[in-house]
This record gives sequence, C-alpha cells and structure tokens, in this order.
Amino acid sequence: MSNIGSYDERVKNFSWAIAEKELGWKPNDVINIGWYCTDRICRQGKGSKVALHWEGHTGVEKIYTYNDIRLATNTIGAFLRGLGIKPEERVCLFMDRIPELYLGFLGILKIGAIAQPLFSAFGDESLLVRLSNAETSAVITQKKHAPKVRKILDKLPHLRHLIIVDHDGAAPLKDREVVFSLEKSAPVDDFDVYPTTAESPSVLHYTSGTTGMPKGVKHVHYSLISQYLTAKWALDLRDDDIYWCTADPGWVTGTSYGIIAPFALGITQCVLDAGFSAEAWYKWIERLRVTMWYSAPTAIRSLMKAGDEIVKKYDLSSLRHLASVGEPLNSEAVVWSEKVFGKPFYDTYWQTETGSIVIGNYPGMEVRPGSMGKPFPGITGTVLDPVKNEPYPTRGKIGLVALKFDWPSRMRTYWNNEEAFQKKFRNGWYITGDRSKLDADGYFWFAGRDDDIINTAGHLVSPFEVESALLEHPAVAESAVVSKPDPLNLEVVKAFVTLKPGFAASSDLDLEIMNFIRKKLSPLAMPQEIEFVPSLPKTRSGKIMRRLLHAKEWGEEIGDTSTLEND
Amino acid sequence: MAEELKDIVLNYVVKEYLEDDSEPLTYETPLISGGIVDSFSMVSLKRFLENKYAISIPDDEATPEAFDSVNKIVSLVERFVAKKG
Repeated sequence: MSNIGSYDERVKNFSWAIAEKELGWKPNDVINIGWYCTDRICRQGKGSKVALHWEGHTGVEKIYTYNDIRLATNTIGAFLRGLGIKPEERVCLFMDRIPELYLGFLGILKIGAIAQPLFSAFGDESLLVRLSNAETSAVITQKKHAPKVRKILDKLPHLRHLIIVDHDGAAPLKDREVVFSLEKSAPVDDFDVYPTTAESPSVLHYTSGTTGMPKGVKHVHYSLISQYLTAKWALDLRDDDIYWCTADPGWVTGTSYGIIAPFALGITQCVLDAGFSAEAWYKWIERLRVTMWYSAPTAIRSLMKAGDEIVKKYDLSSLRHLASVGEPLNSEAVVWSEKVFGKPFYDTYWQTETGSIVIGNYPGMEVRPGSMGKPFPGITGTVLDPVKNEPYPTRGKIGLVALKFDWPSRMRTYWNNEEAFQKKFRNGWYITGDRSKLDADGYFWFAGRDDDIINTAGHLVSPFEVESALLEHPAVAESAVVSKPDPLNLEVVKAFVTLKPGFAASSDLDLEIMNFIRKKLSPLAMPQEIEFVPSLPKTRSGKIMRRLLHAKEWGEEIGDTSTLEND
Repeated sequence: MAEELKDIVLNYVVKEYLEDDSEPLTYETPLISGGIVDSFSMVSLKRFLENKYAISIPDDEATPEAFDSVNKIVSLVERFVAKKG
C-alpha cells in the first residue's frame, strides 16, 4: 500500500493540517526548516540513522548520521553568526554537490538567514545579476569557484564575506575572504535555533524571466508543510528508503526534494557528486541499494541512449519507486522504464514558484504515459481559456495551466519585484506559463510553454538574458535567441546573430561566441547552434520577431506577419 | 601526431574548462564523470575538435564516455582523422 492510498479519498478529505499534525506544528508556533530537518529527527530517537551518504567524483565517501548533520548545521550556523550574519540576510551557496552545500543550506536556515543557492556552473555575469539583486551578504564557496566571485567583488558592495570551505593555504586569502572548515571546526552541540515563524523567509531561488533579468523567488519556512507531504505522498518516501534525488541544489528540486523533504521525513538519502555516466549511475543504485529514485527526463533519455544491455549488468532490484521532474516526460521514456526497470517513472510537475509538486502521477493511480497527472490533493488546478481567463467549460482544449494560489509552499513574491509577481495572476488564478489540456478524467497533458522561456534539460533559460550577453561580444551587432528541438534535452538554445562591420562569420567565431556565453552565463545558456544571418526579422517598430525564428526551428506555421518590417 | 594532439586537447581543456588551475590535469583525468566538463560544455569541446581537425563527429559518437578523458578524446579524433584520409 502506498503512502497516499486512494488518491480520490485523499482529495475528498484533504487538509494541510494533516502535515502540520504529523510535524507537530500548530498555527503561530515557531517553524524552522533547519531544526525540523535535524534536531527534530534526533529527538525522535533517530540520531544514529544515516542521513546523508555522499560520494565525490574521486570516489571519496562521507557518511553523516542525523546527529552528525545536527552538529554540522549548528557549527555552520554558529560560524555565520560569528561573522555577524543576521536573520533575513541572504547567504549564497555557490558550490558543487559537496556535503557543505547540503549542511550549509540548513545551517543558514537555523540562524534565520535566507539561503540563496546558485548553480556552481554559473559564470560571473549570471552571478553578478543574482547577487546584486539579492544584496547578498555572504557567499559560501569552494576555492575552485572563488575566482568567479573575486572577479565581480568590486561590483558587490553588500557582499561582506567570501567564505571558502576548502582553502588549503596554498594561496593567501584576499579582501573579504574567510576560511571555514567543517572538519576542523569544533562541533557545536548546544545551539539556539532562530525562532522563525511560518511567514519568515527561508530560500531565494532565481528563475529566468521572459523579458527581464532573473527573478528571485522568495519562499518561507511554512513551505515545509507542502514539501513534507508531497514527498510522502507523491514520491512515496518511507522510513526505510534509500533515496536518491539526482538534482543539484542550485535549483529548486535539489533543495525542496534534495534537502528539505527527505531530511524532514528522516529518510536516508544519497548524493553522487559526479558527472553523468550510465555505468556510474547504475553502479551507484546497485551499491547503495537505492529504493526511491527521483530524476529528470534528460537523464532518463540519456540512460535510454546508453541502451538496455548495460542495465542487465547491474542488480537494480532494490528500486521500489521512480519519479521524474523538470520537463515533460515523454511516453517513450515511461514505457522504456517499465521495460527495463519493471516500473514506470511517475512524472511530477511543479516550478520554482510553486516550491513543491502541484500536479503529478501518484503511486496506485493509473499512469498515463506522457501525462503530467492530476493536481496534488489540496491543489486546485485548471486549464484557462487565455482570452476569457476562465477555465474552459469543456475539456480537451489547450490553454494555460493555472492554479489557485493557496498551498503552503507557494512563493510569496519575487525579490524586490512585486510588480512581476502580480503579473503572474489573472482573474484570481496563478498562471504557470505552461500550456496544457485536460482529458475527460482530469489528467493534465503538457502542450508547451506560453512564453519564450527555453526549457533545456529541465532548466529554464531566458532568451533575453542570453541576447543581452551576446551583445557584449565585440563581434555581435544584434541577436535573437530561441529554442530548438533536441532529442536529449527537449530544447537547446539557438542564437541568430548579425555581425558588426569588420567581422566575418566563421567556425572559429562561432566557437568563440559559444565559449563567451558559457563562461559569462552558464553552460546551459550557451547556444548549441549559432546561425549568422545578414539581418533579423523585425516589426515596423523595430522589435525583433523572435516568434518567426522559433516557428522556423520547430517547423510550425509562421502565423501573422502583417507587422513584419519590409526590408 | 598522438602526442601533439594530446597536448593540444589537454591545454584546451585546462584553458577553457578548468576553473581551478591548481588542480593537476592528466591525460587520464575523468573529464565528464569528474565534473570538469558537463554535457552542455561538451558541445563546445566537440566543436573545437571539429574546427581544429576539420572533422565531423556524429552526435551518437560524441558520448560522455568517449569524451571522458584526454586520451579517449584523442582516440576518437584520430579515428575520424584517419577516416577522412
């Protein structure tokens, strides 16, 4: 029997108070995610249970019990307090998936500060935009990533501390730099966890916008209620599970379901800090006896590409439940997974802004391959007519995925950008930016984005941000960035570029521009294809018609071109 | 050619992808599984090799395994250079 039991019964009798009660929380009580994920589990007598089994790419392993992570998060919290970090100050985590990332996240929350995780592959420009917007006080990083922060330090007046967790003393520390070593620090046993309340800010994740710069999605400690219950019911996490979430905590899946939910449930989770390799992944599942695996469609398609034969080399019989998130899970991947693992991947749908799963396929419910599933109990979801901004009276029509904005882990606002937050609503509905249709039984079927945002391997990339960065390259006069279909990553970034006088298109220039964007923004934002064109299609008012280029890449109808400039 | 090719690829990886150049990189250092080059960046590394050696590496040959060390990349490039004649 799954944790959720009967989906229909749960919908009928649902209240978020179920999670509140299980967590022993009542309205107006203190709620601190850091405490719930560590101290509370120890108080339940599970201090010696393994919380985190970590392995790095060199094969080094580290195992932490719940008592170990309680002490480590206290120690990090005490260190940050010692630096003068106050509640609600932003502390950025800019690291690979090393233990300090997971423990640092909870340590930050324990002192009431706001954790701001940023993907460690971000380039200096991506960092600058996000750290400036958040007015971040401290960055916790590794010596390998510190140079990217040093490069922009002069432009970050609010940044007081650059904390390096693996400083080896080989090079002297620079301005504002400080060393923290978890292993060399005396563990802090008694620690006053800051008494955050339900609406105290907890996490700031940045997400890409269509027309503007990235937006900081503000979450609060009460998000725990949703994250706890969705992990229990949608991911079916159980006390004896060995759980593997493959997401990087630089992104929201990696924090909501890679840190908060499993630790709040007292689950043993494992982390493999290594690049993708089918052999390594299967070996990891076999060796750790992984029971619950939460991954992403791009990874699943990469495993499909590696073939069925390799699967037979490993004993993967420990796997009990599989789930996926990040992009639409194509039906072929679901069917393949049933064939090779003997069980399907259950697709789940949510966003940085939702903070937790809002639509999904649940254990015990019929999986319709290719479908996003049904709203999580307590969530009201619909498909909105984009003209009337009302739910379609009949099912089967493609419209906007919209939600009643009333679950605990919903974002509270965009950081310093309430205007953008308000624009996410129409007629009382939260607009996700995705399109879908509903079938007769209430299953959602993804139909694409409703804006220009590019979803590449489950990560959102803003064409605007890439275009802005492209213009900083000395050869680029104008650019337009769109998605193009990709069999592995769903979509990848493609740039159309016109060159300044004196520059000629060449394969070397193509590579130079690719690397320019990769280093400035991130590998995800790097155009995988650059097409040099003599001019870009524009409206008569001079606006680049990205829509036409997108249609060309996807083989779609070009549509209305009446506003197209006549060259 | 192999030795020269090895050094060209190694130097390019150090220059373009290694964030911490105090870390030693050898011909056998795992690049993809070691997290030095991610799957997206692999596209630019492939493009570099194609430009430099006037070859075309099909996507199904450009696997994480084939790009996982300088030595493996060199084997791959040599194969396509030989094919070209």
